Amino acid sequence: MHMLEVKEIHKSYGSCEVLKGISFTVDKDETKVIIGTSGTGKSTLLKCINQIDPPDKGEVWLDGEELTNLSTDMNRIRQKIGFVFQDFNLFNHLTALQNVSIGLEKVKKIEKEKAKARAFDELKNVGLEKQAGQYPAQLSGGQKQRVGIARALAMDPVIILFDEPTSALDPELIGDVLDVMKSLAGKVAMLIVTHEMGFARNVADEIIFMEGGNIIESGSPEKMFNNANKERTREFLGRISCLYGKE
Amino acid sequence: MQSLPQILEGVPVTLLLTFFSISVGFCIGLLLALGRVYGKKAISYGCIVYLEIFRGTPLLVQLFIIYYGLPAVGIIFSPIIAALIGLSLNSAAYQAEYLRGSIQAIPSSQMIAGRTLGMTRLQSIRTVILPQALRISIPAWSNELIYLLKYTSIVVYIQVRDLTFQAKDIASHSSRYLETFLVVALIYLLFTFVFSEIVDRVEKHVRIPGIGLTQTVAKRNA
Ligand SMILES: Nc1ncnc2c1ncn2[C@@H]1O[C@H](COP(=O)(O)OP(=O)(O)OP(=O)(O)O)[C@@H](O)[C@H]1O
Ligand SMILES: [Mg+2]
Repeated sequence: MHMLEVKEIHKSYGSCEVLKGISFTVDKDETKVIIGTSGTGKSTLLKCINQIDPPDKGEVWLDGEELTNLSTDMNRIRQKIGFVFQDFNLFNHLTALQNVSIGLEKVKKIEKEKAKARAFDELKNVGLEKQAGQYPAQLSGGQKQRVGIARALAMDPVIILFDEPTSALDPELIGDVLDVMKSLAGKVAMLIVTHEMGFARNVADEIIFMEGGNIIESGSPEKMFNNANKERTREFLGRISCLYGKE
Repeated sequence: MQSLPQILEGVPVTLLLTFFSISVGFCIGLLLALGRVYGKKAISYGCIVYLEIFRGTPLLVQLFIIYYGLPAVGIIFSPIIAALIGLSLNSAAYQAEYLRGSIQAIPSSQMIAGRTLGMTRLQSIRTVILPQALRISIPAWSNELIYLLKYTSIVVYIQVRDLTFQAKDIASHSSRYLETFLVVALIYLLFTFVFSEIVDRVEKHVRIPGIGLTQTVAKRNA
């Protein structure tokens, strides 16, 4: 059984069909990277998976439960699905530590002291123990994103969805965030939308190329970069590798 | 100035009217604001009707209806109770509008971030949206407090013995209008000053570090 299974997802906004039947799976502790041009529906796909914006048609299964079934308690399920946003979305009124501990306290109902201790460990793992008492407005973009990752990890998710986690960062800050993500590979399932081709090539178990609401092609980094079947895939990867560098 | 004690008798009444109405008005106003922003259509519409009625009619007319009007249908209030009800319901409408603006100023992505952690809508509102929205609304709320303090004087029209009522009473007996009302004006001024000073301190105290106070914060972190 797969950890995550997405079956024939369709999603429209008004008359515009953004996702036109997307299917793929993610196994336990597997890392999959989604690439594709802007406006292709990558963010929409992630929001369909955790039912923040449910799909019109198709099914999403996680750990043997159907999330698209309306009787499924998504508040319980979402604890297991970490989400890391392009623009961080930290809680502005809370310190870094509180940002990480609030889910433990309010959702998992863990007592305050234990939640704080766990949150502090998570911050330490992303190299931010010194910033624990700082507020989001006092952190750099890279630090904010690492708090965002710690916040997701603290909930003990079985899978983490990343929506362009480094796109809003200055180039010199991207490395720290990618390093944290690399350190997670193989420990938790990850589904990552990114333009960082070096990262995709080195860390992904599989790369999924999306365009116009469809999956055009997917395969190992080796195959996608060197032996893609579709002309369109080769073209896209050639262009994006120029833009974002090979490593 | 032997009439000062009589003037001061009105002070507790004025303060009671102010604090009671701002507090009850806040609670009702918060429910109205949440109902308008997050409520289903019927609830949201109901809130709008309330707001339109209370903001679209004069406070004095509302007080007259409650105090002089309702007895016609068998509901009788003492002057002070009628005043407390009228001022609270009226202030609720204004506070609801400030609060709605503040709630809507919080980006929807904050709610989404809460939901992705597994919070319910209500939990996200309580722990993520409101703590931020309430901070933003403090300056407007401070204004409302000052307005309300001054508007309480309107209750002389329904025979409530507040600060202004006592002054009017003394002045009409002694004919010392100027001194009496200057003293009363001074008392109101003193309270507005103290209130805005206190609210100011509270606002600074709860301000989110890094937002608005960049320089102080940068210094502290250096
Ligand atoms: N809430 C919405 N309402 C209407 N249209 C939307 C909504 N969200 C997304 N869209 C549309 O759906 C399409 C896909 O958007 P989406 O954000 O999923 O693309 P994306 O692949 O993530 O792009 P990017 O790389 O720019 O983030 C776009 O054309 C967008 O305008
Ligand atoms: Mg996107």
